[in-house]
Amino acid sequence: MSEWRYWYAEQRGTLLALAIFILMFVIYTANHPAGFSANVVQTAANKGVLLAFVAMAQTLVVLTAGIDLSVGMIFLLTNCLASWIVLGNPFETALGVIGVLLAGLLCGALNGAIVIYGRLQPIVATIATGAVYFGIALLLRPTPGGSVNEDLADVLTGRIFGVVPTSLATLLVVVLVVWVPFSRSVLGRAAYASGSSEVSAYMSGMPIRRAKFAAYTLAGLLAAIGGLFLTFFTYTGEAAYASGNAYTLFSIAAVVLGGVSLFGGRGSVIGAIFGALAFRTIGDLLFVFDFDPLWQPLFQGVVLLVAVSLGAFGLFRVRNRLEWFG
Amino acid sequence: MSETGNPAPARHMPKALRRFDPAVATAFGCILLLLVVGSIYSTSFLSPEYLLQQLKVASFLGVIATGMMLVVLLGQIDLSVPWTVSAGAMMACAAAAYGEAGVILAIPFGVLCGVLIGLVNGIGVAYLRIPSMIITLATNAVAQGLMVVYTGGFSPQDSAPEAMRWLATGFLVPGVPNAVVVWALVGAATVFALTRTTFGRSVYAIGNRESAAYLSGIRTRRITLIAFAVCGGLNAFGGVLLAGYASKAAQSMGDAYLLPAIAAVVLGGTSILGGRGSYLGTVAGVILITLLQSILSVMQMPEAGRQITYGIVIVAMLLLYGRTPAVR
Repeated sequence: MSEWRYWYAEQRGTLLALAIFILMFVIYTANHPAGFSANVVQTAANKGVLLAFVAMAQTLVVLTAGIDLSVGMIFLLTNCLASWIVLGNPFETALGVIGVLLAGLLCGALNGAIVIYGRLQPIVATIATGAVYFGIALLLRPTPGGSVNEDLADVLTGRIFGVVPTSLATLLVVVLVVWVPFSRSVLGRAAYASGSSEVSAYMSGMPIRRAKFAAYTLAGLLAAIGGLFLTFFTYTGEAAYASGNAYTLFSIAAVVLGGVSLFGGRGSVIGAIFGALAFRTIGDLLFVFDFDPLWQPLFQGVVLLVAVSLGAFGLFRVRNRLEWFG
Repeated sequence: MSETGNPAPARHMPKALRRFDPAVATAFGCILLLLVVGSIYSTSFLSPEYLLQQLKVASFLGVIATGMMLVVLLGQIDLSVPWTVSAGAMMACAAAAYGEAGVILAIPFGVLCGVLIGLVNGIGVAYLRIPSMIITLATNAVAQGLMVVYTGGFSPQDSAPEAMRWLATGFLVPGVPNAVVVWALVGAATVFALTRTTFGRSVYAIGNRESAAYLSGIRTRRITLIAFAVCGGLNAFGGVLLAGYASKAAQSMGDAYLLPAIAAVVLGGTSILGGRGSYLGTVAGVILITLLQSILSVMQMPEAGRQITYGIVIVAMLLLYGRTPAVR
């Protein structure tokens, strides 16, 4: 029994995110004109998965008590790059996909190198590198355009056996290939440890620098997978500043909704995925209730504000005021 | 508690030199370097008219960076700059559309909207203990949502009233644009507040160690709240000036000010962890950023190249003197 209690205490945030998502999704499909059909699920999954990838990227960095304000821009950059190189016959397409993923890894590694080995504050450093990535994206695509291998795009945005959205299956594969090995490796544990107390992790001889570097680099990779998927959905590349910023912001919202502590060391990518899906569903609720789309930014902003304020409930448990200052 | 440099300079140096922050010196050195590079590129670069024009453009960023500096000194950050600037500008222009009284109250109303956004930030940071980075991103989103609903997704049609245009582009003192005078006044008030009042000393104290400041009897939450409110007000005031300069407000007019504002503060030697930094450094940072932007546009660098150069310059300069100590 006590085993279960530990598991519950660790997964509480994730379970809460899952519950919110299921609740929101039930409300969404119940009020959707087409009801709970494969089509509705596919569209929702395709939109949600984009944010889920970016939120996964953000989670890896947030776990180490850092923040990556350039994920949205890496997402844009890889989208623009993919609209140039993911083309042609299957072999060329495969090379293109590898190229896009490598570009993401490189962006993430650059962030990591500057933050860890350059010892700059992650907020300022990633805002600056985000500007660089956005500039490169703009160089690649001064105006929206380009194209993508449509066969691959249709397969990855379609359905398996006409039921399961392929994008969800891909998300699962990415979780199994990237997150599960990472979280169970020494580096993954060290990433958690350095997030909850960097000094203690250092004293215990954890490889904190390598762990953080791996977290930032993998974040770049995950953002690149998101950018790749964006290209598959839209068939084009576009360097839109507002869209990159929005994805960065929403990724933080998803991470908070997913029960990942912004102070590092607590939470998991799985929670962030459900947080992302829940956030997307909440945003889309307005459409099924026939609100003016103009209200959507305000609605999402308020949801975000409420979500981050929920963390303040912990203050009621504080007995000694000095604990405020952590 | 000292607002001068971190590695205590050698004791035998003259007092004036000892007080000088190496970061501020580097920033001023870079300004000279940019001026030299610019004058090689174009002969009109060093003409008084051109430099005065640069100072005028710099004053908008200067006002916004002043607010940012207050918050950074506390060890916090304000990421709600883009839409606080836009909201200030839009609300001021909107108020001006309501007849006589509206025109008179336009500027105070715009600033008031910024103060309100700042108050929400301050309550979130000081009383709810939400990380400033997160709460300010959220209020930014809410402000954006409100403005989108208000304008219907288009740039508002109201134009800036005469008073706002005069404030940004007029000449009260012959030869000196009003915007520069405004920045000088804001700067003087900030220097006074930071160095000569308990509020200013409390800001530095909180930035150094909030728990120690609290234990020494400083009302840390109230000071934080006030700093965020002032920061929001200054951001909105910057937006009002910008709207006066462009003679109307636009949807994304604030987007271009977040990164420069943070960069100006940090390049001026203010520690992003709080508690250290001087206003002189922020002035240097603002001028540095403005000159850099100006040189890039004189060279007709496209937007993409500007963003890349920008990011690289900021990272490079921070690597020179903005590094945090290693874990030991």
